[in-house]
Amino acid sequence: MTQAFDARAQQAVLESRAETALELARRLGADACEVGASVDQGTGVSVREGDVESVELSRDQGIAVTVYLGKRKGSASSTDASDASIKSVVEKAIAIASYTGEDPASGLADAELMATELPDLDVHHPWALDTDKAIELALACEAAGLAEPGIRSSDGASLSSGEGVRVYANSHGFLGSQRGSRHSLSCLLIAEDASGMQRDYDYTSARDPRALRDPAEVGRSAAERTLQRLGGQRPQTGRFPVMFDPTLASGLIGHLMSALAGGAIYRDASFLCGRLGETLFPEWFSLAEQPMLVGGMASSPFDGDGVQTRNNRFIEQGRLASYMLSAYSARRLGMQTTANAGGARNLRLEAPLESREALLSKMDRGVLVTELMGQGVNGVTGDYSRGAAGFWVENGQIQHPVEEFTIAGNLAGMFQGLVGLGDDIDTRGSIHSGSWLIDEMTIAGS
Amino acid sequence: MTSQAASFDEAVATLLTPGGLDLGGLDTGLRHALGPGIDYADLYFQRTWQEGWVLEDGEVKEASYNIDGGVGVRAMAGEKTGFAYSNQINADALAETGRTASGIVRSGATLTQAPRIQVSGEPRYAGIDPLSGLSAEDKVAMLKLADRVARAADPSVSQVSASLSGVYEVVLVSASDGTVAADVRPLVRLNVSVIAVKNGRRERGSAGGGGRYPMARLRDEGVAETYAKEAVRQALVNLEATDAPAGQMPVVLGAGWPGILLHEAVGHGLEGDFNRKGSSAFAGRIGERVASPGVTVVDDGTLMDRRGSMSVDDEGTPSQCTTLIEDGILTGYMQDKLNARLMGMAPTGNARRESFAHMPMPRMTNTYMRAGMDYPQDIIKSVSRGLYAVSFGGGQVDITSGKFVFSASEAYLIEDGRITAPVKGATLIGNGPEAMGQVSMIGHDMELDTGIGVCGKEGQGVPVGVGQPTLKLDELTVGGTQS
Repeated sequence: MTQAFDARAQQAVLESRAETALELARRLGADACEVGASVDQGTGVSVREGDVESVELSRDQGIAVTVYLGKRKGSASSTDASDASIKSVVEKAIAIASYTGEDPASGLADAELMATELPDLDVHHPWALDTDKAIELALACEAAGLAEPGIRSSDGASLSSGEGVRVYANSHGFLGSQRGSRHSLSCLLIAEDASGMQRDYDYTSARDPRALRDPAEVGRSAAERTLQRLGGQRPQTGRFPVMFDPTLASGLIGHLMSALAGGAIYRDASFLCGRLGETLFPEWFSLAEQPMLVGGMASSPFDGDGVQTRNNRFIEQGRLASYMLSAYSARRLGMQTTANAGGARNLRLEAPLESREALLSKMDRGVLVTELMGQGVNGVTGDYSRGAAGFWVENGQIQHPVEEFTIAGNLAGMFQGLVGLGDDIDTRGSIHSGSWLIDEMTIAGS
Repeated sequence: MTSQAASFDEAVATLLTPGGLDLGGLDTGLRHALGPGIDYADLYFQRTWQEGWVLEDGEVKEASYNIDGGVGVRAMAGEKTGFAYSNQINADALAETGRTASGIVRSGATLTQAPRIQVSGEPRYAGIDPLSGLSAEDKVAMLKLADRVARAADPSVSQVSASLSGVYEVVLVSASDGTVAADVRPLVRLNVSVIAVKNGRRERGSAGGGGRYPMARLRDEGVAETYAKEAVRQALVNLEATDAPAGQMPVVLGAGWPGILLHEAVGHGLEGDFNRKGSSAFAGRIGERVASPGVTVVDDGTLMDRRGSMSVDDEGTPSQCTTLIEDGILTGYMQDKLNARLMGMAPTGNARRESFAHMPMPRMTNTYMRAGMDYPQDIIKSVSRGLYAVSFGGGQVDITSGKFVFSASEAYLIEDGRITAPVKGATLIGNGPEAMGQVSMIGHDMELDTGIGVCGKEGQGVPVGVGQPTLKLDELTVGGTQS
């Protein structure tokens, strides 16, 4: 089971479809138009308890068209990319635009902002992987985890490998396209003792298959994470320092970015409304975006508006230096776009880092959180209350696992209360961060 | 009510005819998927038309239309599943996806497919296109009404956003066990969200609902006005809210949407796949007490016009009402064909998939607790110090350890048997089987939610419903900031 995928040929097809749609929209009377088109192909295998559970081959395509009639806007999309379908998508977008209201901020980004430097950022590394080899890797990963004493069973190991092409074009004459790939391997294990069952997992993910961690090592680390959780107790209710594991710290940066996104600001829906220029973090903390990183997880030379991406600095020495804006949200706020249509690309912290041991010792007594549950984060107020699991720390040393408790505070207070950052950086996603130590949060447990 | 026969004819005309296929073509397609060693195969054809309208600043600024469709092919051998799909629906696509899916095993006997039997469930909604029947002007007018009502309700309202969405979905399933079934599924929803700003504080309130019926019914029932007022009311309550308490205390949950408790605390743990694999905290516990006496929880896909209902599920099994917990005793799991077969049980009409491009799994439909005997006011009176939570955001569960959370978006303190100050949204955390044993009073006021739920599992989202009467749990951990 393999499928052929010629990314370059697909790119040419998508570019031609985008041109066709733009031309149709122009002929049908649209004043401006933008088109997104994509094709993705992937293989996913999962194994459980030493045998294959599923093999899945995916191939997705889509075309999305937005047209502007003066200051009115309409959008339509389809997964059918035939010529007849493209025509009906454009017609539908135009038809629906006539029912929307005028929006003075509506329209494409300014023509002079379109990206002109479109370097290859080395994010496309296809993997010539047949199904048998994929199964073999997943089985090796699971077997290493199952071999650890105390692991009761496996809930499966999965390998997925995919590549794709996306194209964005608009009636300014801009056309940008990018080929990309992503590969990942994960393992989910179950351990059991007298206290009950626990599950945990580990994974590796990369654009280049050669950058994936060794399958057996992923399985063993999933086993270690699972076994550590057995015998969890409920921590006492009270106010304590909280350390966020690197896998969760990137989520805190995610909450920050959602709150400083232009869409939240102009809708009055962020606790950071009107706080540009204010000090949010300690002065030793800065947060930068590097969209043109070679090989980066989220690298792209152009944003969702076709605008040339750039190195933004959102937090500068603790101060909120910039909102995160698209052409539309910038117009709504009377500002300039920061080339963030579609979000932030590759966020990096600039701050002094400490070892995990040094951070634990600084914490002295409190909770190291390794898992969060639920959606208890309110971006409008910054209120934060989530279910958690992790470890109790006394005298800077991990004592025992803790579970079934909540941690609560307010994001603004948590950011101000940041007292240390770890050098244990998680590099798997597009946000790279080590552990975060927050001076005090409310723990609700027993 | 549209008959199932009409839905079947519509599905054939919509899904098969344009690609030059007929019912005979289904048999040919299945033969491609029934390679050596394959013991079950199915073809799932789907087409959806989706429309969305979004109002902001008093104007409808975004309108979108999406057409999606294709065929998903599964080939199974024991516990193994091969899966492939295509955006094209024609004989070539069936041949290619069928051969790909059946590659999961390469040896064994070749099964002969059973003769075709058209399965039709009782219709649980009218098989109509919900998008037609209301003009674009009327859709825009409904959203503008929500905006006007919300802004007129209180001067602190600074932003109003309202959205209207509708999906017209046609599906057809053909399986090697002979099943051939079709369903035409409408789904509509209207939502209003407001931001209120007062004395430097900023809060959100939101409300919405819908179901499997024409968009015109949203207008006829005046929901734009109802939800606009409700969203403003909730935002104003939250503007007055103080910090929530932290720690263990009695918790009273309001009727309706708080039934998300059941969805997280017991529902997921009773899905067949987790129990077959033994990874659920409820595995192997049928016949055991898992909740207080008086607690009866069902999953019911047959409720008329409900968001979580289906006439037939995504494997062509008619939907049913399955009792999961009866008077506190675990009585059943929710099953699809694969897990039912492997566990020696019967399918329960719970096989669901996000789309043709996703594999089906056992999923909930409408999950609720049946009414008890207590008066809601007596339940409140019985608490000397606790929390009364009436609206929630999302929830999550770890089905292995049984730990679940759900986050309140509107809650109050109970002091000396009276509802007093509103408190800020707190997350509640507990352990499913333990929490169900803490249920000590059950109201007579069973209510279903208004039709807003989306359940996520392994990356697939499907519409669901929940419900419950007012409920008292003697002890649950409340995750506020006031310790």
